[in-house]
Amino acid sequence: MPAQSIWTLLSWGPDGWSDDIASGVLVTIALALATLPIGLTIGFFVAFAKQHEEPSLRLAANIYTTVFRGLPELVTLFLFFFGMPLILQHLVRLIWPDATVDVDSFVAGLIVLSLIFSSYSSEVFLSAFRAIPKGQYEGGYAIGLSKWQTMRLVILPQLLRIAFPGLENCWLILLKDTSLVSVVNLAETLRNAGVAARVTKHSFLFYSVAALVFLVLAILSSIATGYILRSLGRREAR
Amino acid sequence: MSISQAIAVERPPPQARGWPRARIVGYSLVCLWILFGLGILAYLVHAWNGEFFAKYAPAYLRGLGTTLALVTTSMIAGAILSLPVTYARMSKNRILSGLAYCYVYFFRGTPLLAQTYLVYYGIGSFRPQLETVGLWWFFREAFYCGVFAFSLNTAAYQAEILRGAIESVPRGQWEGAASLGLHKLETLRKVILPQAFVVALRPYGNELVLMIKASAIVAIITVYDLMGNAKLAYANSFDIQAYIWVAIVYLVMVEILRHGVEWIERRITIHLKR
Repeated sequence: MPAQSIWTLLSWGPDGWSDDIASGVLVTIALALATLPIGLTIGFFVAFAKQHEEPSLRLAANIYTTVFRGLPELVTLFLFFFGMPLILQHLVRLIWPDATVDVDSFVAGLIVLSLIFSSYSSEVFLSAFRAIPKGQYEGGYAIGLSKWQTMRLVILPQLLRIAFPGLENCWLILLKDTSLVSVVNLAETLRNAGVAARVTKHSFLFYSVAALVFLVLAILSSIATGYILRSLGRREAR
Repeated sequence: MSISQAIAVERPPPQARGWPRARIVGYSLVCLWILFGLGILAYLVHAWNGEFFAKYAPAYLRGLGTTLALVTTSMIAGAILSLPVTYARMSKNRILSGLAYCYVYFFRGTPLLAQTYLVYYGIGSFRPQLETVGLWWFFREAFYCGVFAFSLNTAAYQAEILRGAIESVPRGQWEGAASLGLHKLETLRKVILPQAFVVALRPYGNELVLMIKASAIVAIITVYDLMGNAKLAYANSFDIQAYIWVAIVYLVMVEILRHGVEWIERRITIHLKR
């Protein structure tokens, strides 16, 4: 193979690798965006359980965060990627004796990242819960709102505003953690860059490109979150 | 009468009796966790394989040693490296602080896995140049590459922790020390850092835990640390207990560290308690 210039390698098309990396970037963004709502929802309920007066709820939620914050992301990922098919297979074979089950790496990544993201975001939500004075609940009950209405109309808007900066941090961690799913063969940014590096032998170039992609995604997210933060109007609550 | 009334008022509300919905949900979730734990235990007992254990337990122990060596070396190297970065970040020189900001931003904004690849495969691809400089022996070894990438990464985080801790000490402390005639370095050593350390302890502990968890990444660049040995054991046996055991070891390690840091924090903040 003749020595190709860097610009050919980075071009768009059959000779270049930009299109492959771009499709990887789309997978990265899709994975992160798909994880976000699931992780936020679970995280909110875990935090809700953690500050509940019922001890058994607190215990269950604390076990959840201890496990998923204590395990390395990679170990959780491998456990699910290799373990889940085994369990599913046992279940499925009760009905169809000769079925085989394969877990898509995107789905495995989605589940694992949701578990990890939710355990991180639950800590953020928990400290936001603690920052809301009890009087807000009492005020809600006093004007005749039900528990659920108080939560939805009074607590949640304040909670989100307080938790937002912490959640931004969790989002950045999530964005970086999506790269780990590349080790179970999900064709995301880092994996596609790795393929390009192996084929062309320009490892430094392509891994730099992958790192830059993540850097740009981080910068874009902080611009976006800055915009959201301003439109949330932090000042009006003061 | 008034006293008994006051006591009656200040008493916390009585625990809800019977079975409210929250309690039912809570108990069932705890039961679910217990079942889950028992299930894993039952699996490990059921799949107990003396041969497997005898074959891989020593490898896991060696892997644990590698992991601990990697984390300690990188934490210490990172701590040393974070000093000039913190200094640059806090200096009034715009260029210097800008450079330090870029350094910190790069290492905090990109995945550690990408950084590790960049060092191991990226820098490793310049073999002829490295050989002429005489650094090839360093970048040839996956372990050293891991240490290199992890040190650079943790240095960026530790620099931010250190900066935050130093800035959390009020300015009056600097001024007070200056009025006593202490020069800057002495002020830093005797007045600022002891107070900054109390603030920084928990973030440092968190960083250590994060490093232990992140160290599993080096298994992918062929280092046989704890995770690397688990991967090897799984590849040879296709037995999922390879990963279950390693998960338990990591979990125990992280929990011990977390409680240790909490204990130290309780000890060194005794004078702040009212």
